[in-house]
Amino acid sequence: MHSAQPHPDTSVPLNLLEAVNQALRHAMEADDKVVVLGEDIATNGGVFRATEGLKETFGFRRVMDTPLAENLIAGLAVGMASQGLKPVAEIQFMGFIYAALEQLISHAARLRNRTRGRLSCPLVIRAPFGGGIHAPEHHSESTEALFAHIPGLRVVIPSSPARAYGLLRAAIACPDPVLFLEPKRLYRLQRLPVELEDEPLPLDRCFTLRAGEDVSLISWGAMIHETLTAAEQLAAEGIKAEVIDVATLNPLDRDTLIATASKTGRVVIVHEAPHNAGFGAEIAATLASDALMHLLAPIERVTGYDCPMPYFAMEQHYMPSVERIVAAAKKTLEY
Amino acid sequence: MFTSTPYDMHHRLPDLPENTDWPRLVDGYRHMALIRTFDKKAVNLQRTGKLGTYASCLGAEAIAVAGGMALHDDDVFVPYYRDHATQYLRGVPLHLILQYWGGDERGNAFPADTPAARDLPNCVPIATQLTQAAGIATKAKLGHEQAAVLATCGDGATSRGDFHEALNVAGVWQLPLVVMVNNNQWAISVPRSLQTASDTIAQKAVAAGIEGFQVDGNDLPALLEALDYALDKARHGKGATLIEAVSYRLSDHTTADDAGRYRKASDLHAAWQREPVARLRQALADAGHWDAEQEKQWLTDCQQQVDGAVETYLNQPPQLPTDMLDYLYAELPEALKAQRQRLLQQQPGGHHA
Repeated sequence: MHSAQPHPDTSVPLNLLEAVNQALRHAMEADDKVVVLGEDIATNGGVFRATEGLKETFGFRRVMDTPLAENLIAGLAVGMASQGLKPVAEIQFMGFIYAALEQLISHAARLRNRTRGRLSCPLVIRAPFGGGIHAPEHHSESTEALFAHIPGLRVVIPSSPARAYGLLRAAIACPDPVLFLEPKRLYRLQRLPVELEDEPLPLDRCFTLRAGEDVSLISWGAMIHETLTAAEQLAAEGIKAEVIDVATLNPLDRDTLIATASKTGRVVIVHEAPHNAGFGAEIAATLASDALMHLLAPIERVTGYDCPMPYFAMEQHYMPSVERIVAAAKKTLEY
Repeated sequence: MFTSTPYDMHHRLPDLPENTDWPRLVDGYRHMALIRTFDKKAVNLQRTGKLGTYASCLGAEAIAVAGGMALHDDDVFVPYYRDHATQYLRGVPLHLILQYWGGDERGNAFPADTPAARDLPNCVPIATQLTQAAGIATKAKLGHEQAAVLATCGDGATSRGDFHEALNVAGVWQLPLVVMVNNNQWAISVPRSLQTASDTIAQKAVAAGIEGFQVDGNDLPALLEALDYALDKARHGKGATLIEAVSYRLSDHTTADDAGRYRKASDLHAAWQREPVARLRQALADAGHWDAEQEKQWLTDCQQQVDGAVETYLNQPPQLPTDMLDYLYAELPEALKAQRQRLLQQQPGGHHA
C-alpha cells in the first residue's frame, strides 16, 4: 500500500480493508498507547487481514492474539482503557459480539459517568458486520440498533475507504468508547482515493454524499452502495435524490437529517437490519416529530425482514435491493 | 506454605511466631475494628432511610483489611462490592463509601492524590471485574511496571465465565494478577455446595496453569502472608495467583435480604465463634500487644471517625441533575444538548438555563 504511487493530491487508492489497516498502523505510529488485540489478529493478520503486518512492525506486545473468548477481549480492553491505554479490539464477526455485551453496556459505556470523570474508557471495538458475502451462519448479522441504544457508547459505521480511514483515526483518538462496525461486503469492493494525512473525520456528523431536491435517501454501511446506485437510476428518470450517510448512529446528527427531510419533504430510510425497532425507526420518529410540517409523504423504510438473517442461499431475498429502494422513492413521490 | 488452614479447623488463631510483625497486626486490628463500627452504622443508616441498599462486610473484615495492607501504592485494586475496608485503606474516605451506597455516583470519584485514584469502583455485575483486572495487569506487564493487580470476588462469581476467562489469560500471558475469592459460603441464598462440585475453589487455578491455594479468611496474619507472597510474585513477573479465602458471611447478603429464609441459626452461631475480629483481638491480647483499655479507647475513636463520616455524608450538597449527562462523554455531544436543556427546565424554578 505504501508502494502505491500517490496521486498529485497526496491521496492513495485503497479499498476499505486497506484503509482500516492503514488507520490502525498510523494510529499506532502516532501514539504508543494504542494497542490492538483479538482472535487471530497477530501472526495471521486477522481473518480478513485487517491487521496484516502490524505484528511485524509493532511486535507481540502491542499486537496481541487473545484466547478465544469475546467477553474476555472486551473485559481486557475495558481494563486497559481504564488505565489510559487505547486498546483497539477486534471481534472477528458481529455475530460473536454478544458475549461482550455486558462489558460494553455495564462497564465501557458507563465508566466515565459512574466515576464522575475520574476514569474513562477510550476503547475501540472493531467488528465486521452485514451480509452479502455468502458467509456461514452467524457471520452476516446487522445488529447495530442494539448498540445505538446504549448511552455512552459511540456507534460508527463507515461506508467508503476514505471514511473508514478518517472515522477509524477519529474513533481511536476519541476519549469515549466506540463501536466501529465495518461493512465487510465493501472490504474489497473497490479502491478509491484516501487522504492518509487528513484531519480525522467528525464522529457526530452525517455525510451528504449526493445533493438533491426531490427525495432524501438515508442509509449507512454497505447499503450506501445500493442507495447510491438507486439515486443514479432515479436521476436517469429525472428524479433528484439526496443521499445521506448517517455514519455515526450514536450520537446521532439529527440536524442534518431534519434539514434534508425539510428540504425534500420525502424520505426513504434504508438499512439491512430487520425492520422492527431497527435504527430507521429512531430516524423516522425524529423526522415525524421535528420535520412533520415539511413532510409531503409518509416516511418509507426499506429494510431486511423481521427474521433471523437467512443462510446465504437465500440472503439475496433478504437484503434490500436497488429495485426496492427505487420503488420506495417513487412511492413517496407519487403520494 | 501458609500457617493457617481454613477457618473451621480453629476457634482460635494458630500460635503466632516470635518474629511476628506485631505493630502491623495491631494496625490491622484497628482497621478491622473501625470497619466493623462503620458497617454497623451503615446498616443502621439504611434501616432509618438514610442510605440505600447496602452490602455489609460483617465477617469479611480480615480479608478486606489484608488486601488494603498488602497492596503497594502503585498496585491497582479491582473490587467486587464487599471491600469497604480495602477501599478505605487505599485512601477512599468513609463518607465517599457512604455516598456510593447512598445512590450518588460521586462516591466513585476517589481522591486523585491517593493510591485509590486509579482503582476501579465497585463492581455489581458478578465477576465482570476479573477480565478487566486481567486487562489492567496486561497494561502493567506491557509497561514493565513493578505493579500488581489485586481483584476480589465472591464464591458465586467463580461460576461465571469471566472468572475462568481471567484466570486462563493470566496463565497464558503470565500476568501480574492476584484474584482473591472471598468464599463466604453464600451467593445470596445459594450455598457454596450448589456453585461447584470442586473440593475447593482454589483448585480451579490448576486448570488455568497458575498457582492457587486456600487460606483462612478469618485469620489476618495468614491472609497477609498469603497476599504478601502473591503480590510480590506478581510484581516480579512470576505470574498470577488464585487465593481462596475461606470465611463465613455473618450478615445478610445486603440490607434487602433476609438470610433467615435459608441459613440455619446454628450455622450462624457456629460461625460467630470463629469470627475474624474477636480472634485477632484475642491473639493480640494473649501476646500482650492489646488490652482492654486500648480496646475501649480505640472503639471510642472508631465511633468518632464514623460519626464524622456520617455527618460529612449527610451534609453533601445534592448533585446537579445535569450531572447525569455531563459526565457521560468527554464532551457533551451536540445531540444531547437539547435533552440537557429540558432537564434544566424541568427543575423547580428551572428557568436558570
